[in-house]
Amino acid sequence: MKIVIIDYGMGNIHSVAKAVQVCGAEPLISNKETDISSADKIILPGVGAFDDAMQELNKLDLVSLIMEQIKLKKPFLGICLGMQLLLDKSQEAQGTKGLGIIKGEVVKFKAQGNLKVPHMGWNDAQVVAHGSPLLTGFDGGQVYFCHSYYPAPADQSVIAATCDYGLEFACILAKDNVYGVQFHPEKSQALGLKIIKNFVERC
Amino acid sequence: MLSKRIIPCLDIKEGRVVKGVKFLGLRDAGDPVEVAKIYDAQGADELVFLDITASFENRKTLVDLVEKIASNIFMPFTVGGGIGEVSDIRNLLNAGAEKVSLNTQAVKCPQLISEAAKRFGSQCIVVAIDAKKQTDHWEIFINGGRTPTGIDALVWAEKAARLGAGEILLTSMDCDGTKNGYDLELTRAISQKVNIPVIASGGAGSLEDFYNVFTVAEAQAALAASLFHYQELSIRQVKDYLKGRGVAVRI
Repeated sequence: MKIVIIDYGMGNIHSVAKAVQVCGAEPLISNKETDISSADKIILPGVGAFDDAMQELNKLDLVSLIMEQIKLKKPFLGICLGMQLLLDKSQEAQGTKGLGIIKGEVVKFKAQGNLKVPHMGWNDAQVVAHGSPLLTGFDGGQVYFCHSYYPAPADQSVIAATCDYGLEFACILAKDNVYGVQFHPEKSQALGLKIIKNFVERC
Repeated sequence: MLSKRIIPCLDIKEGRVVKGVKFLGLRDAGDPVEVAKIYDAQGADELVFLDITASFENRKTLVDLVEKIASNIFMPFTVGGGIGEVSDIRNLLNAGAEKVSLNTQAVKCPQLISEAAKRFGSQCIVVAIDAKKQTDHWEIFINGGRTPTGIDALVWAEKAARLGAGEILLTSMDCDGTKNGYDLELTRAISQKVNIPVIASGGAGSLEDFYNVFTVAEAQAALAASLFHYQELSIRQVKDYLKGRGVAVRI
């Protein structure tokens, strides 16, 4: 099983690669077309800002390649910013278009009262729609979040799990072969590795 | 509900843990990976690695170390010490650090905060503040607490947040090492001043100190070093106690 982790200069790739390896697959960190199109599955990680990330993907000519791979029904997992990029747009970057694979917008948390932004630390992921292979044997629990923006998909049926931080937001998305997690499974100890293992083995 | 975080801090010199960590059965108490694994198993919510050599020559060692840690533990950690360039930050994040902590260089060149936040997002930029009580305010110190700056800690915290810091690691120089409790007044003042999370540091000595810093002082996270290293308290003990008193923690 070859899983390509797209390297576009937006952080965090080694931890993701190591997690994939621990879960029994062969990770390949790359941004080359041949590697990506020959991989069995694709992970798009990401730490950083929405517009920089899209710029990097465009610069590396990866946007149409990613779209094509998703159309071919190849399992695709976006992590944190990598998940946000799946949506149409983000409040972080007015005027920048996302990949638009999942309809909707990425929205900023509003700091109010005791609510601190970024949302940082361990919080509960609550499963709202069972049945996705990504969630096999996963009944929710505390996972590690580190973000100021959250996805607000237009179609509620793509939401597989939510988290409560001042409001209920989507923290796991699943749409056909496309999956996205707002938290960091590669930093969420055993529970996070379970998600990655499911992606490796079941998606 | 978002849990309050308990964070052990490790001082690193030339890739090794300094300030003796005393764990039974630890083959090499100087190996950051070994120590990190123990804290991971004990239920630490994050780790902070502070490079106290912080020299230019040492950057490569630090990046290698971060890579090694990230390959062995699957929990978030922050790296700090002498970080002065956006390229340093990129290298450390790419190597697997969740966050980087800026201190002296951020005070000398606040633009570093905004540049880093713009490039990597606020969520991974921690600004560390070393503050000391003066007659009617708290002053921040740089260069490992050696150099006074004349800058008011509240003013600086607010500015750092405005420039894009995602979190503040606040150390009370008055309380650090005393084991008489966190500086509740300082922590509360900063916590109420900014909308970003605050990690309180310096002074932890008892279970109640943790309870107070989360409730009275409204910190989002509490950091401790020797208390955990010398096993005066275990992380599990602290968390059980907090849970018993109604504080949300991850167990």
